[in-house]
Amino acid sequence: MLKINNLHASIDEKSILKGLNLEVNAGEVHAIMGPNGAGKSTFANIVAGKEDYDVSNGTIELNGEDISELAPEERAHNGVFLSFQYPVEIPGVSVTNFIKTAINESRKARGLEDMPAKDMLKKIREKSELLEIDRKFLSRSLNEGFSGGEKKRNEIFQMAMLEPKLAILDETDSGLDIDALRIVANGVNKLKSKDNAVIVITHYQRLLDYIVPDFVHVLHDGKIVKTGDASLALELEAKGYDWIKKELV
Amino acid sequence: MELKDKLLSSYVAFEDHIDTNTEIHEIRSKALENFDKLGFPTKKLEAWKYTSLNTILKNDYSIFPDRGRTVELADVKQYFIHDIDTYKVVFIDGKYSSFLSETTHDNFDVCLMSSALSKAKYKPVIQKYFNKVAKQDNLTSLNTAFVSEGAYIHIPKNIEVQKPIQIINFTTGSEPATMTQPRNLIVVEENSHVQIIERHQSLTVNEVLSNVVTEVFAAQSATVDYYKIQNDHSNASLVDNTYVNQKSNSVVAVHTFSFGGNITRNNLNFFQNGEHIDSILKGVTIIEGKQHVDHHTLVHHIEPNCESHQDYKGIYDERSTGVFNGKVVVEKEAQKTNAYQQNNNVLVSDKATINAKPQLEIFADDVKCSHGCTIGQLDDDALFYMQQRGIPKKEGRGLLMFAFANTVLESVKIPEVKSRITKLIADKLNVNIGFDL
Repeated sequence: MLKINNLHASIDEKSILKGLNLEVNAGEVHAIMGPNGAGKSTFANIVAGKEDYDVSNGTIELNGEDISELAPEERAHNGVFLSFQYPVEIPGVSVTNFIKTAINESRKARGLEDMPAKDMLKKIREKSELLEIDRKFLSRSLNEGFSGGEKKRNEIFQMAMLEPKLAILDETDSGLDIDALRIVANGVNKLKSKDNAVIVITHYQRLLDYIVPDFVHVLHDGKIVKTGDASLALELEAKGYDWIKKELV
Repeated sequence: MELKDKLLSSYVAFEDHIDTNTEIHEIRSKALENFDKLGFPTKKLEAWKYTSLNTILKNDYSIFPDRGRTVELADVKQYFIHDIDTYKVVFIDGKYSSFLSETTHDNFDVCLMSSALSKAKYKPVIQKYFNKVAKQDNLTSLNTAFVSEGAYIHIPKNIEVQKPIQIINFTTGSEPATMTQPRNLIVVEENSHVQIIERHQSLTVNEVLSNVVTEVFAAQSATVDYYKIQNDHSNASLVDNTYVNQKSNSVVAVHTFSFGGNITRNNLNFFQNGEHIDSILKGVTIIEGKQHVDHHTLVHHIEPNCESHQDYKGIYDERSTGVFNGKVVVEKEAQKTNAYQQNNNVLVSDKATINAKPQLEIFADDVKCSHGCTIGQLDDDALFYMQQRGIPKKEGRGLLMFAFANTVLESVKIPEVKSRITKLIADKLNVNIGFDL
């Protein structure tokens, strides 16, 4: 599904990704772990198409198509979803209206009519129940005054609504208490299928107790330096990252 | 001939059509002298530093336009809030249109300034209120000198007026350039409540200059909800001089929506003569091209325990220019005043300009006064967030601006006005609001 080959990227002439390779197939869950400043969020933003970065080398393929020249919305229309580490507050646009607009813009891009209001409401009801979101919450301005946990839950709610092929969850566990973590993880697990894939970016192993990865990658200094199964996450939790750095020397 | 000279010399002709043997006429004549002395404002005046009327004063305005063509309801229906029942006071080229209007004298008066100025039964109200709160400055004096027509609204005490009142001034463009001087008087007695919608609309692209004066008196515990919709043709300019005098426990809110027109100047003045008064001044400005909108607000806190809330948002595209000059004066006696002022602007184009000037003059020591002023571009992170969810950049920008402006609408009390303005904002920003309002 996603094939990243030798990706190099920099921001303000500071090199961040230095030859990243990653292949994710449909039906898989990948975890990317690594110390602060390793380039985890940069990786997520670049796959989603944020324009601030200068991609000097490498390719990003989604289902065989090079998406590296596509605008962020075009990548979204192709099924890329990024759950933001810091979701942006947009006063004056309600959660419901935002998600309706997002869905209908995606449909428009695919040459479809707007989703009928009845179907939209039904879907909103289903997905908000899945994430145990109070109906009142949906009429509030997007992310405005939301707690950290509400913001993250709202991200996964949007993911559930948009049904992406590739979901990248950037530190979705940060700011979540244990109950919220369980709800969010449960939501992600329910959305998982053989046709889609999930990349979980996290500092901590905690989230991976709930969303069990098929592969765990360690990102260090702009490259994936180690790949293993779920047990690697446990090892990292126990031993920290220093031993990997030492291994590299 | 310069416009000022033309106005002064046509005064004699104006006197031919009115009763000159009245107290009102003394007020007119004094005002004319005042205008003669002051002339039109120039950029040399501090209050007009950022707004020049030069380009529009060059037009050869017809001062007493003939009613050129008849106006059919179908032609102008779109300019009314027509999906609810309202009173209407409608003028065409400065003359009353009984055909388009719906006035009343049941329990309260919604009628014409010309009647109020000439008929004996209105005399006590006119004597007590007419030209009493209006400042005797250049353009207000000009309006007073030529006062003849406008809306007259008098609500005696303890009446909640059930239907909003629309005051609409149409210009037909029967002349290449038309100048009008509408004059409105709104007196709301104790414990009464009224909602007003005001609009100036030219029906062609011919030049128009409207110099409007509105006086509002809100007695104790009165509530006045006033909406000004400014969405005129690109050759229509407007100077709106509104003066509000409030007594204790009254609440007056003025919302000004400025989307159209050439040069628009809003002089909005509030005077708080009592305690526990609330004054609300809000505005949304969305302009482009070479449009210019200037909001000059004044809130004069004279007595203790009062509040004022100002919230003005502006979006300026292309070469448009905006001005926000918000003055708050808190007198020494006005302790425990809460005065809030907020002015946020987005410059969409790097050729657009905003001159923002909060002006606070505080002489009391136990007050809460805040002001915030921002000038910015759209938030790139928010745009990326929206794009990531599949909303293209152009639509995302529109939606962000829509959201930015839309927060001002929360305090609009008439749902039909709210939905109308929401739609105007969406149209103006090219946003397809495919969702519930």
